[in-house]
Amino acid sequence: MQLPIYMDYQATTPVDPRVLEAMLPFFTQAYGNAASRNHAFGWKAEEAVDAAREACASIIGASSKEIVFTSGSTEAINLAMKGVAEMYGHKGKHVITSLAEHKAVLDTAKHLEKQGFEVTYLKPDKNGRTTAADVAAALREDTILVSIMWANNEVGTVNDVRGIGELCHEKGVLFFTDATQAVGKIPVDVAADHVDLLCFSGHKIYGPKGVGALYVRRRNPRVRLVAQMDGGGHERGMRSGTLNVPGIAGLGEACRLAQAELETEAARAIALRERLQQKIEAELDFVHLNGDAEHRLPGCLNLSFNFVEGESLLMGVKDLAVSSGSACTSASLEPSHVLRSMDVGDDLAHSSIRFGLGRFTTEEEVDFAARQVIDTVKRLREMSPLYEMVVEEGIDLSTVNWQGGH
Amino acid sequence: MAYSDKVLDHYNNPRNVGALDKKSENVGTGVVGAPECGDVMKLQIEVDGDRIVDAKFKTFGCGSAIASSSLATEWVKGKTLDEALSISNTEIVQELSLPPVKIHCSVLAEDAIKAAVNDFKAKRATTAQEQSAK
Ligand SMILES: Cc1ncc(COP(=O)(O)O)c(C=O)c1O
Repeated sequence: MQLPIYMDYQATTPVDPRVLEAMLPFFTQAYGNAASRNHAFGWKAEEAVDAAREACASIIGASSKEIVFTSGSTEAINLAMKGVAEMYGHKGKHVITSLAEHKAVLDTAKHLEKQGFEVTYLKPDKNGRTTAADVAAALREDTILVSIMWANNEVGTVNDVRGIGELCHEKGVLFFTDATQAVGKIPVDVAADHVDLLCFSGHKIYGPKGVGALYVRRRNPRVRLVAQMDGGGHERGMRSGTLNVPGIAGLGEACRLAQAELETEAARAIALRERLQQKIEAELDFVHLNGDAEHRLPGCLNLSFNFVEGESLLMGVKDLAVSSGSACTSASLEPSHVLRSMDVGDDLAHSSIRFGLGRFTTEEEVDFAARQVIDTVKRLREMSPLYEMVVEEGIDLSTVNWQGGH
Repeated sequence: MAYSDKVLDHYNNPRNVGALDKKSENVGTGVVGAPECGDVMKLQIEVDGDRIVDAKFKTFGCGSAIASSSLATEWVKGKTLDEALSISNTEIVQELSLPPVKIHCSVLAEDAIKAAVNDFKAKRATTAQEQSAK
């Protein structure tokens, strides 16, 4: 077992060696421009792009003509939201999204607000979930777009996508979902789930960084977008720029593998996640699960530990590459906007750790991680005045008059 | 973030973790900070005459906060109350090479020392009053 152990699969994944293999020819041999129609180099590249487009469509139940290649999810999100807003803005100026979305969606929504749109930010429930009922309550006559992510990247909560999709189709409102964390991990079907626009990204599914895809529905309804990148009119005019052929070939292979192995891989990730959670909870009390116990991603476990502070916790689990729910980069700690939207208290948000498990995680690594977390939390609690006050002295911390807080 | 060797050393081998009897006449206790700010320090001193003979701490906080309070207990031991009161946060910053964003940890440690000394002095004053009242 090599240290440190990578447990941050929601942040990014390693490229699967089989994916790398599929990409290599397109750097030095079949390096043609996929738009070159006059020679074999171009044809070869186009062939690879077509095959990748099929694989990307297949994993989400779409047709290949509905796939637009981008540089990743951030770009796809910008194109989807701004493209819809510009195209349909004359019909209405209202957009619905959620407070738990990725920054790429939230910042794009802010941009739309500056352009004169009104945005409703739904508050998720305490498990980070948004349902069709939440969306229904916010829908208006002038709503043109609903943007709700499929699965949350911090806590792994899976939203009621099908319910929201059905509602949107019934009301004639376009539905975009950021499925960056869902595709390749759980079943996604744009037809059954009534999705109009959907994005995902190569580097979250064992493909390369800097490549992703946007699904744009072609019928019932046919969705049109105003391009956000002007140029040679690639990707049916929706995204100009010479195609990243090696990246796209890698994304296609990543989709093919993920689709073929989805069930076994998800079962494996769930087993590892449960093993980790059970081991930790068997030895520690005051552990909180952030996220939804039922509707959740296979490989994501987000836990908070009472009475210990996040940064010292991360210092203690020094052999684990994990993410924390707070960014303690300045004197004022900032808990994540996702945990905050779920009303997780600042103290618990500060001590949250996201364990991201994936294709190459082993049981041995999970056991090691559990041990290091348990030992660190125990050690820190032994030196925590809060643990002493609550557990040994029975004091309710909310009644304490704290002196000299900074 | 990169930590100095001294911060890591105190974090991995904190000195004087524990508690003294809060109710004892010879013990002064200072609790500073607040959970929602991410730091709470409890520093205790045991005093013989005018001299600090023992010190213990418990800290909820980042590695730099733990190191600052651990260092503070080391430094106050053997000092007189007035000497302990003169320890300033800048000395802690220097000793631990704390970066600017962690200066508040040293301030909190200085506050904790002062709070513990003041608690002890207040206790002694009330005991003296009670005795003179008898
Ligand atoms: C939910 C979600 N949306 C969007 C993104 C951005 O994706 P990309 O890195 O491909 O731009 C990420 C990853 O950081 C994500 O987890």
